[in-house]
Amino acid sequence: MITLAAETNPLVPPLGELVIGLICFLGLFAVLAKFAFPNINRTLAERTDKIEGGLERAAQAQAEAGELLEQYRAQLSEARLEAARLREEGREQGSAIIAELREQALHEARRITAAAQAQLDAEREQAIATLRAEVGDLSLRLAERIVGESVTDEARQSRIIDRFLDELEVERL
Amino acid sequence: MTTTGLVLAGSCTAGSGCGFPAPGTASFDYQPVFTVLGFGVTKPALLLVSGTVLIAVAMLAAFARPRLVPTGWQNVMERYYDFIRKDIAADVIGREGIRYAPYLATVFAFVFVMNFFEIVPGAQFPVTSRIAYPAMLAALTWLIYNAIGVRRHGLLGYLRGIMFPPGLPWWIYIILAPIELFSTIIVRPFTLAVRLFANMFAGHLLLLVFTLGTTYLLVPRIQALFAVVSFGMTFVLTAFELLIQLLQAFIFTLLTASYISGALAEEH
Repeated sequence: MITLAAETNPLVPPLGELVIGLICFLGLFAVLAKFAFPNINRTLAERTDKIEGGLERAAQAQAEAGELLEQYRAQLSEARLEAARLREEGREQGSAIIAELREQALHEARRITAAAQAQLDAEREQAIATLRAEVGDLSLRLAERIVGESVTDEARQSRIIDRFLDELEVERL
Repeated sequence: MTTTGLVLAGSCTAGSGCGFPAPGTASFDYQPVFTVLGFGVTKPALLLVSGTVLIAVAMLAAFARPRLVPTGWQNVMERYYDFIRKDIAADVIGREGIRYAPYLATVFAFVFVMNFFEIVPGAQFPVTSRIAYPAMLAALTWLIYNAIGVRRHGLLGYLRGIMFPPGLPWWIYIILAPIELFSTIIVRPFTLAVRLFANMFAGHLLLLVFTLGTTYLLVPRIQALFAVVSFGMTFVLTAFELLIQLLQAFIFTLLTASYISGALAEEH
């Protein structure tokens, strides 16, 4: 029988103890190396990956957001510039249109004035011609009347003229 | 129990009524409790097996099916494993040392639990005070670091790395080369084993002296006052021994890592 503790010299390892010690330790290590450490190593690596991946993704998202913001800012300032340019252009176009319209209106007014002037002239010519004919006729009729009556009486003369004129007016009406 | 200190230590054991039962090397020898397949199973052997099972259960409970978000026991054991990985493997050996973390974690747990039996009520015997267990662990460490060195540098390259650290005048090597070879290949496993063994051996003796002293001095006389002091010392030393147990487990693991690191290094 081999006893596990028969030595009295504490510095000499009994063979039995060496053997059972090795079996226990190596057995323990074998079990843990197969069922414990690979699992926890994998889990730790996964966790590190998750955390680092998460951080990386967050950083990436932030960078993307920053880029987008920059883009929007650029677009906004571009749009502002464009708007200002359009406004300026609009104003210029507007004033050009106003000037053109004013020019046209002026032109039209001149044309209308000229036409009216021409018509007036023509009507005056016509009136003068008509008047001339009528005045001749009237003078003739008046002379006939005066000659037919006495031309000595001043008052009568003037009455004759008045009556004549009244008649004329009645005729006109 | 009237004559004290007249009987030589070792020839008298506790309870034999022959003066102070001074603890000695005999305190480390146990008779088999029972016999299995021709092997007499002693108390240290029983403690060894139960400690091994305890470690296996504790580790498997935490790491067999680990969760990504740890809870409870897994948290505790992860803290331990992380300490081995970062503060021992990565710090001493470097990034490639992390692959040796499982071995180092097993060594630390094994040494500490076997030490811890020193102060567990009922057990009260450090398994590592039996030289066979530290010797077995030191032999494994020796095999591992030498195997790593030879595989990394080849046998000649490894020996040259040990014996001829660069950057010294040539005549220094005449003295240094044999010393380095002797120290690395022969002395290391012995110091590693004996350091752990002797610490736990001495610790157990110290605790025995004061516990036995307490019972021995507990007589209906004025000496009973010394029994109180002795009892107090037992408390203090138990706390102190816990520190020593942790420290020795740490040193053993740290030195193992350090030897592996030395074997891996390009220049020694």
